[in-house]
Amino acid sequence: MAEVKLYGFWPSPFSHRIIWALKLKGVEYEYIEEDLSNKSESLLKYNPVYKKTPVLVHGDKPIAESLVILEYIEETWPENPLLPKDPYERAMARFWIQYGVDTVAALRAFYHGSGEELEKAAKELLEGLKILEEQGLGDKKFFGGESMNLVDISYGALGYWLAAVEEAKGVKVLEPSTLPRLHAWAKNLDELPVVKENIPASDKMMAYLTAAMNRLAKN
Amino acid sequence: MAEVKLLGAWGSPFSRRVEMALKLKGVEYEYIEEDLADKSPLLLKCNPIHKKVPVLLHNGKTIAESLVILEYIDETWKTNPIFPEDPYDKAMARFWAKFLDDTCMPAIWKIMWSKENQREKAIEEAIQHLKTLENELKDKKFFGGETIGLVDIVANFIGFWLGAVQEASGMELVNKENFPVLCRWIDEYVNCSVVKQNLPPRDELIAFLQPRFSASSWKY
Repeated sequence: MAEVKLYGFWPSPFSHRIIWALKLKGVEYEYIEEDLSNKSESLLKYNPVYKKTPVLVHGDKPIAESLVILEYIEETWPENPLLPKDPYERAMARFWIQYGVDTVAALRAFYHGSGEELEKAAKELLEGLKILEEQGLGDKKFFGGESMNLVDISYGALGYWLAAVEEAKGVKVLEPSTLPRLHAWAKNLDELPVVKENIPASDKMMAYLTAAMNRLAKN
Repeated sequence: MAEVKLLGAWGSPFSRRVEMALKLKGVEYEYIEEDLADKSPLLLKCNPIHKKVPVLLHNGKTIAESLVILEYIDETWKTNPIFPEDPYDKAMARFWAKFLDDTCMPAIWKIMWSKENQREKAIEEAIQHLKTLENELKDKKFFGGETIGLVDIVANFIGFWLGAVQEASGMELVNKENFPVLCRWIDEYVNCSVVKQNLPPRDELIAFLQPRFSASSWKY
């Protein structure tokens, strides 16, 4: 069986997505931590276009872009399927995964914002998440139904990561009063063993995010 | 017979991508032209979240987002596959499709919206991405190999619209001297029958684009 390697960055939710998917499928892999301030030759070789993590290397074949990697994992290790079988249901899952790209942009604006910009970013993020809650999640426990699937994986940052950023910023967006179902979903997701055991400790996360935000503020 | 409808716009590369895929697979469909300046109740009902074209309707169900639609079409109609079969090759196709939509095209649009003093930097960035794209092509006839595939379909903006934008704006990003391989692909591409049948009339497209560039903020 060809070797699987994952080049990741410990605080990044994009890397965490891949870890959860590999664990859910029971795939053995070697994890290689990248120092993004001093990128390894391997990373630059395996992801020359973006020079980012995560990168999955299967045998000697590299794949970059977390959403592309997730689809590859799903196809290559079909046990414990993480996408629906029916083509229309798959299309709906992919639609919501694609919607998440906008969500990531809104999360970035929230992360980078301060003062008035932060307020505006928080408002836009809330509006975007309302649509996700009402039309994406609905009454389901997870986007995947009773258990998590690729859609849940793609929105994982809304749990532990957003909570840490909210605390660092002193601004809350995802609350029981504003987004009851999505808030419950995030709590449920963070409680799942595969997520709980494969995210950084919250104090370590907080320390990293606070330092990163301070560096951004200085620049 | 399963009913297939497509809500599209004549000038939209995203809409034309889906038409190309349906035509490649010989799928019969009803085309409904949308006026994006005056969106129909049908469009607003079928794509309430983004309110954009293209939207595919199949057996009463609606699917939005061109890349999502292309995946659905390939899974539903098996003739003339658009995606490679091998999972790794498929991953590479998805990677380049995303590169086109997330990185390459936005960089080109950024030039159009940039202020004069930022334009040179925006142009440099776009050229860098186009070079990356050209490198991926190497000596292949199409991104998909001997026949067009997903990446060629998604690159329709580069294959056709870019030329029209260049003519409408007077700005030349891509020519045979600086992008010989990409231009060679463009020639093959627009002459490919399924592509030729699915392009908007060039003069009409240029006429449509021109007003954007005749505003006083654009000087090139």
